[in-house]
Amino acid sequence: MTETISMPHPQLSAIAVEKAYRKDKHKVPVLRGIDVEVKKAEFLSIVGQSGSGKSTLMHLFGLLDFPDVGEIRLEGQRIDDLPDHARDQLRNRVFGFIFQFYHLLPELNLLENVLSPLMIRYSTWEYWKRKKEFKQDALEIIEKVGLSHRIKHRPSEISGGEMQRAAIARALIAKPQILLADEPTGNLDSSTGKEIMDLLTNLNEQEQLTIIMVTHDDSIAAQAHRTVRLREGQIEVLGKSQAASVPA
Amino acid sequence: MYKSLLCLRYLRTRYIALASIISMTLGVATMIVVNSVMDGFSTDMRTRLRGILADVIVETNSLDGVPNTQDIKDRINRAVGKDIEGITATVEIYAMLSVQYGSQWQSKPVTLIGIDPDTKATVGPLSKYLVNTDENAVPDWELSPEAMAYRKEWTTRAQWMVDRWNHNPPPEENKQISFEEPASNGPLPEPDFDSESSSESPFDSKPQVADKSKAIINPFDKGLKGSAFEKEEKRDPGSPLKARVYIGYGLVSFPYEDPDTGKTEMFQIVKPGDDVKISTVTAGHPPEPIHFNATVVDLFKSDMSEHDSSLVFCNLEYLQEVRTMIDPESGEKSVTSIQIKLKNPEDAAMVVSKLEEALPPNLFRVRTWEDKQGPLLAAVEVESAILNVLLFMIIAVAGFGILAIFFMITIEKTRDIGVLKALGASSNGIMSIFLSYGLALGLVGSGVGVIVGLLFVKYINEIERFITFVTGRKVFDQRIYYFPEISTHVEPMMVFWVAVGAMTIAVLASILPARKAARFHPVESLRYE
Repeated sequence: MTETISMPHPQLSAIAVEKAYRKDKHKVPVLRGIDVEVKKAEFLSIVGQSGSGKSTLMHLFGLLDFPDVGEIRLEGQRIDDLPDHARDQLRNRVFGFIFQFYHLLPELNLLENVLSPLMIRYSTWEYWKRKKEFKQDALEIIEKVGLSHRIKHRPSEISGGEMQRAAIARALIAKPQILLADEPTGNLDSSTGKEIMDLLTNLNEQEQLTIIMVTHDDSIAAQAHRTVRLREGQIEVLGKSQAASVPA
Repeated sequence: MYKSLLCLRYLRTRYIALASIISMTLGVATMIVVNSVMDGFSTDMRTRLRGILADVIVETNSLDGVPNTQDIKDRINRAVGKDIEGITATVEIYAMLSVQYGSQWQSKPVTLIGIDPDTKATVGPLSKYLVNTDENAVPDWELSPEAMAYRKEWTTRAQWMVDRWNHNPPPEENKQISFEEPASNGPLPEPDFDSESSSESPFDSKPQVADKSKAIINPFDKGLKGSAFEKEEKRDPGSPLKARVYIGYGLVSFPYEDPDTGKTEMFQIVKPGDDVKISTVTAGHPPEPIHFNATVVDLFKSDMSEHDSSLVFCNLEYLQEVRTMIDPESGEKSVTSIQIKLKNPEDAAMVVSKLEEALPPNLFRVRTWEDKQGPLLAAVEVESAILNVLLFMIIAVAGFGILAIFFMITIEKTRDIGVLKALGASSNGIMSIFLSYGLALGLVGSGVGVIVGLLFVKYINEIERFITFVTGRKVFDQRIYYFPEISTHVEPMMVFWVAVGAMTIAVLASILPARKAARFHPVESLRYE
């Protein structure tokens, strides 16, 4: 069953998206006609069982993969068919990614990890010219996520919660329009998970940051404004907006 | 920015990759050492060869030589006079050199070159190679005071011995003097075969013996009939002979290991002031054998074993005389070779072609010193080239090591590559990380290799002595190489190209893994366990 939600001025939308993976000679459908619209400053959670296609949908939103059928649109403009360099730029400037396993670069310290999107965006010369400014921004963000005392530490030297905070800081440094979080609390204990969720909620409320979060935990999903539930590659239930009931 | 940062971090944290470039470091260092040693050897050899031979050599096709030397020189001057700095005429002929040591006579084939030292000095630094002559002095055929004193001493003793034998003849069964116990280590003085009038030469003993059967058997007695000595006038036996020679050091000295010190010493069986015997042939047809004695004026040591063990320089006029190369009517002297030194040695090929046009080809052959020593120089160059190819293989093997380790690292970094792509890094950016990592490894490997190689070259003789001390086995045996120590010459461009070659191999080896990394699918990379 495919259900379309119409929201005024959708910032990001998936239109009739289908995606299948090939396993040996077999085609395994993952998404089977998904239509989702995400409004600016909305906190959307995508829930579903393992294999339901929620991570695949997030990857398509974040231009990490191509839909077989359908379109991904940003501000009404189709973006899934853009050339590689344009997709790279959008990933760097528009989207911020948070992963379940943090995915910090082990060779870099925390400050360098946070600065890495800016290092990717600018040429060496441009980066060196604005290094102080970037470092100042990074320190402010790191302070916001409560890791000022860890800036010189390598990922292997800090806890899971701290790594996820660092990953959030890395996602925020490039001032993205949309934050894509794939199971951001999936690898954390409940207390640390709550801290991360509070951080994301605050970012959504205070910075008006659009957040699309994939989770399999209904209680975590409940903290979003709206929930999309996937089942076997299709949208099962589209919950009503829960903005009013988002816990503080 | 992220590319260079990650590249540097990989360099610092991936020690396995550094291990892969050890073979590259060793390859670069070895190439520098081998090339420097070969170049040092080659440079020394070329300098010595050129010093001995001159830039251009005009040789006659016949060992009889050609007369009218002045006309040939005039032709040469007309053709290439403005390019010539020095010119000398020589007679070059094969000969046998006989020297006596103890009771034995040692004979060796030699190349006998008749030279005029004054003009020879204008085409090459002859005095530089004379052992007992000052490097800056113009060589001549005069014995040094030391050689003269040495000669006086042994000729006096020889005379005394002959007198003693003649006044106290041995028993009948031992009536012939044996040369097993010579009066001195030096070869015997020149016999004076003008026997009827001479009584002063130690070997001119015929008047002293009753009959021919009691005559002292002198090895010089045989075959001297018809030689120039028959005409030689009575002379003081202590004075040097009319024929004077510079003898190659290697012909009259032998290396031996001192049992006390273990060091290699040179044992010399002939000294300046001694006499040697030379056998060769006359000009004309058929050539007649001739023999003459010559006084050794000095020893010739170019440190080129091939020359030092084959060349004997003789006074030109005497050689021309004994070889009957002087026209009795006109007094015209023949020569077999004309050596030319050029103002600019680079013009040698051009001068050769001009001289080939100016001189009749049926009489002369014109060659540069490099042409003349072609096989020897070519052998060194071929050896050097083969060594370079073989050693470059070591670096190529190091390249395969880098290739394998890079593949391993890209697999290890799969997830990081996915993260970088998610953060907006392009495929080219990912590729650049690994290419610059390869370049950095090449830089480190070849840089360390260059430093190690240059240090090795600088202290190569100290290292050789140390290895000899530790192993008790000589690494660089002077008896084989004839050099006092290992000579080296570092050519900066060689070092540059070896380093660039190594870096290129490192970069080439990283292309495949880098391309593979660049093609990783971001989603699959992020899911990689």
